[in-house]
Amino acid sequence: MYRYDEFDETLVRERVREFRGQVARRLSGELSEEEFKPLRLMNGLYLQLHAYMLRVAIPYGTLSSRQMRQLAHIARIYDKGYGHFTTRQNIQFNWPALIDVPDILDDLADVEMHAIQTSGNCIRNITSDPYAGAIAGEVDDPRVWSEVIRQWSSLHPEFSFLPRKFKIAVTASDQDRAAIRVHDIGLRLHRNGSGDRGFEVLVGGGLGRTPYVAETVREFLPERRLLSYLEAIMRVYNRLGRRDNKYKARIKILVADDVGDFRRQVEEEWGKSDKDRLDAPLDEVLRIRRFFAPPKFEKPGDASVLLAKARTVDAEFDRFVATNTLEHRQPGYAIVNISLKPIGLPPGDISADQMDAVADLAERYSFDELRATHEQNLCLPHVRKDDLFAVWRALDEAGLATANIGLVSDIIACPGLDYCDLANARSIPIATRIAERFADPASAADIGELKIKISGCINACGHHHVGHIGILGVDKKGEEFYQIMLGGSAAADASLGAITGRGFSSSEVVDAVDRLIGFYKANRGEGERFLDAYRRLGADPFKEVLYGDIAHH
Amino acid sequence: MKAITANRLSDGVVLYLGPDGDFVERFEHAALFEDAAAKLAVEEAQARATAIATAYLIEADETGPIGREALRETIRKSGPTVRRDLGKQAEAQDERL
Repeated sequence: MYRYDEFDETLVRERVREFRGQVARRLSGELSEEEFKPLRLMNGLYLQLHAYMLRVAIPYGTLSSRQMRQLAHIARIYDKGYGHFTTRQNIQFNWPALIDVPDILDDLADVEMHAIQTSGNCIRNITSDPYAGAIAGEVDDPRVWSEVIRQWSSLHPEFSFLPRKFKIAVTASDQDRAAIRVHDIGLRLHRNGSGDRGFEVLVGGGLGRTPYVAETVREFLPERRLLSYLEAIMRVYNRLGRRDNKYKARIKILVADDVGDFRRQVEEEWGKSDKDRLDAPLDEVLRIRRFFAPPKFEKPGDASVLLAKARTVDAEFDRFVATNTLEHRQPGYAIVNISLKPIGLPPGDISADQMDAVADLAERYSFDELRATHEQNLCLPHVRKDDLFAVWRALDEAGLATANIGLVSDIIACPGLDYCDLANARSIPIATRIAERFADPASAADIGELKIKISGCINACGHHHVGHIGILGVDKKGEEFYQIMLGGSAAADASLGAITGRGFSSSEVVDAVDRLIGFYKANRGEGERFLDAYRRLGADPFKEVLYGDIAHH
Repeated sequence: MKAITANRLSDGVVLYLGPDGDFVERFEHAALFEDAAAKLAVEEAQARATAIATAYLIEADETGPIGREALRETIRKSGPTVRRDLGKQAEAQDERL
């Protein structure tokens, strides 16, 4: 894992001191709320419905046990005993007091964490593949370049007042587990025909009120040229991005307007830039790379006798292994996903005790590493297959062994109107009711991969546009209604879902989802996912399932 | 009728303007205003910049928030509907609040 150097440490500590002073001046009345609000937002502090909310960055989703224990400590001491993992690999605390936030930030700094650039019109936390360095098929560990971008973008003076917020995601695999096509910039590290490593640079993806799938602006950018090229993109955006209308201010609007022209301008800007000065020096990249050296794996054979035996003895464990674990690139190891979607509970929430339990497991069984995923789950990236049964037992004891990764109850949901100041409708109760409807593990396994994503407003924090089934909560004369969209995907086959028709009331929407799934089961081909069945059959029969009966009445 | 609601500056807790001009934590203790008086009262509340972060008017009657924003304001008044153990709903038995 990356460790702060003296510059990182100084920067973060100075920022905490600065914010401590700003809070004191706000409390004394020296600063008005209007003056203070942008300052607190620059430190990840929002005011929501019931309380303040602090969003803490987890760079590219990687956490050590020490950091996770500190998050547990913060949840216990300053909050109400839990935290909430978001769709950008961050964690949010829902109840901190303003007067405690400087102390919380100091506690975070003690474990090399902060809340800088988790809000505001700047480059936000860099996200990446949660299985980085663990899954087969990567051309490199994408966190090396994620960290390079993190350092470049942290307090970058030219890009700290952009037209709008800016999100970058990095992957080094053909399998997209970082939703790069719905980010302002998505970077896919790959090898070209001559075997050189470089990035496919995708720009202009995004969700919100005007969703777009990103366009490829450059097929191949030599990796050492990454920062100068990013700088060129940011400069064009900073110059041309609209500042007069916040709804048209994201880079996606610029790209969608004329991708050819955008590409030309970026290439022109890049062409005249002093690349050798802007690009990361090779020795610095090498220094960073050392932090992401693979752990010292033992070299057991791939087959684990212990694992095979335990799977035959315990059916629940067998289901957990089948659903929540993945093959590791190192024979004898597995990637273990920890679902934060227990049936009937808010997606992404985790208690302080559970954080400690997960930290213990990471320390003991996963080279002290944990990952947060953009699907609001956690992951132990490097677990010996021989240890899987022990890990599962401990997870089960902590209430964290729900075997539903990628299934119908593994739902992304924003906090919605239960917490969020921007929401129009609740998201979490819809998620928990759908999960309860499909709680039977055998039936969920039979339904197979199904990504349901729910947002409580048009800002789309719950990624509804890219759900196989997307649900958008709207307010209709003071009542909650839910629009259903179908056919979205945030993976390598990215697509935006299409709205099916009028919204459903809160009491109708779970039945509506049930009807869609029933129709899929009756009409799917062998091994065909919901999404693929939808793409094959088209929208009409699914609409008929949703609205047919109503129309006939 | 209107009530005036706010979030306390120091910790963000939801407040209401009470009958004696102080902020109270429970809606049951909030003052209700006729429209004209409410406008003046909210301006006075907003001026108390070191006590609160924000203050605004909501539609309400004796039973609680009403009208278009009733759900949002009921959730603020009580707490998250998905965590009945948290927020004011969990503290409702405490008469000191």
